[in-house]
Amino acid sequence: MPHDHDHPHDHGNLHDHAQPHRHPPRPDQDDTITQWRAMEIAVRELLIEKGILSAEEVRRQVEDMDNRTPLLGATAVARAWTDPEYRKLLLSDGNAACEVLGMERGPYKLVVVENTDQVHNVIVCTLCSCYPRWLLGLPPDWYKSRNYRSRVINQPRDVLREFGTAIPGHVTVRVHDSTADMRYLVLPKRPAGTEGWSEEKLAALVSRDSMIGVAFAQNP
Amino acid sequence: MMNYRGIHDMGGLPAGTVEPTEHDYALWEKRVDALLVLLTKKGLMTVDELRRNIEGLGLDAYDKMSYYERWIYSITHTLIQRGVINIDELGRKMAEAQARADGGR
Amino acid sequence: MAAAESVTPQFRTGDRVAVRAAYPIGHVRTPYYIRGKRGVIERLCGAYGNPEELAYARPGLPKQPLYRVRFLQREVWPAYDGSPGDTVDVEIFQHWLERG
Repeated sequence: MPHDHDHPHDHGNLHDHAQPHRHPPRPDQDDTITQWRAMEIAVRELLIEKGILSAEEVRRQVEDMDNRTPLLGATAVARAWTDPEYRKLLLSDGNAACEVLGMERGPYKLVVVENTDQVHNVIVCTLCSCYPRWLLGLPPDWYKSRNYRSRVINQPRDVLREFGTAIPGHVTVRVHDSTADMRYLVLPKRPAGTEGWSEEKLAALVSRDSMIGVAFAQNP
Repeated sequence: MMNYRGIHDMGGLPAGTVEPTEHDYALWEKRVDALLVLLTKKGLMTVDELRRNIEGLGLDAYDKMSYYERWIYSITHTLIQRGVINIDELGRKMAEAQARADGGR
Repeated sequence: MAAAESVTPQFRTGDRVAVRAAYPIGHVRTPYYIRGKRGVIERLCGAYGNPEELAYARPGLPKQPLYRVRFLQREVWPAYDGSPGDTVDVEIFQHWLERG
């Protein structure tokens, strides 16, 4: 069964990305470049020669994406956990809620869906890879993989179990398929035993995977 | 009668265990991503064209190519469709890039 | 007379709708698995350019109302083995919806 990206090290354990760890970059051949890399170089150089974009713009955009991490989304979650008015705003107007924290509104309408004792939400883009990049950075390979896109939509409980996340039968699972102009963030449940915690400490419990919905926020 | 179904339209199809793989993106991949963001911001293409040209790949190519390989294929194809670049200059530039990369040996 | 910038919304939250069972080629953002299925309007998201046209570098106007439509998983998948209340929410453009 074809899948994206072979990986030299073991991924048997659950990925919990409150503190993202680095993965090896995909191995490039060290003697030549693939046709796709040659194409990237060629297109970029042609566009620069034509004055359509500059090397500096490309460099700045790469840096901009590099600086976007799930901590942005986690900050909004932590604020919602501690501030009931902010939680209401986040759920009713996600883009305005981003602005309140000094973050970008983002290029798409943000729909935030809340996990409760009765409901668990999980996000997918079955058609491609739509993802709230401005709040979480680039999506992981698995989110864009054939297996996730095919199965989380009709076997969400099984897929969640593959991530080590068990949802009891009495809790409703809602899958959200990001098919058009909305982008989604899951507001995970606040873990027990975190009363009185600062927003910064709380944000560190909010993994990227919990904001996609394949995991819970970490316990203290 | 079998209904038409796009190769990308995979929700509900049989598939395997989700392996939680991820990798740090190589610089060339980040540059591809940057190209798409810049070109769409400048109104030279849309994400819709990006998606449509990816969907136009054969199933074999779709599954064998990596994510950003599909992207650079699609961005390039879109720019040709839009007349922003032409095939001749693309071919020449690609050969130059290849020669520069190989010339190090 | 100038064409309207966006099409008037036909549906409201709570309306029962059906997704048209049509299977054209081209860039379509209504997933195969949901065509012909019945659900309920969860919310009107706004009006957006039609991706079926934008994909061909055309303006995609007039903007089409876009809805989040909620479906019961057990009504979408014959072999669904989760809980009976489980749902799938999908963004669907108005021109793919009929009163259900």
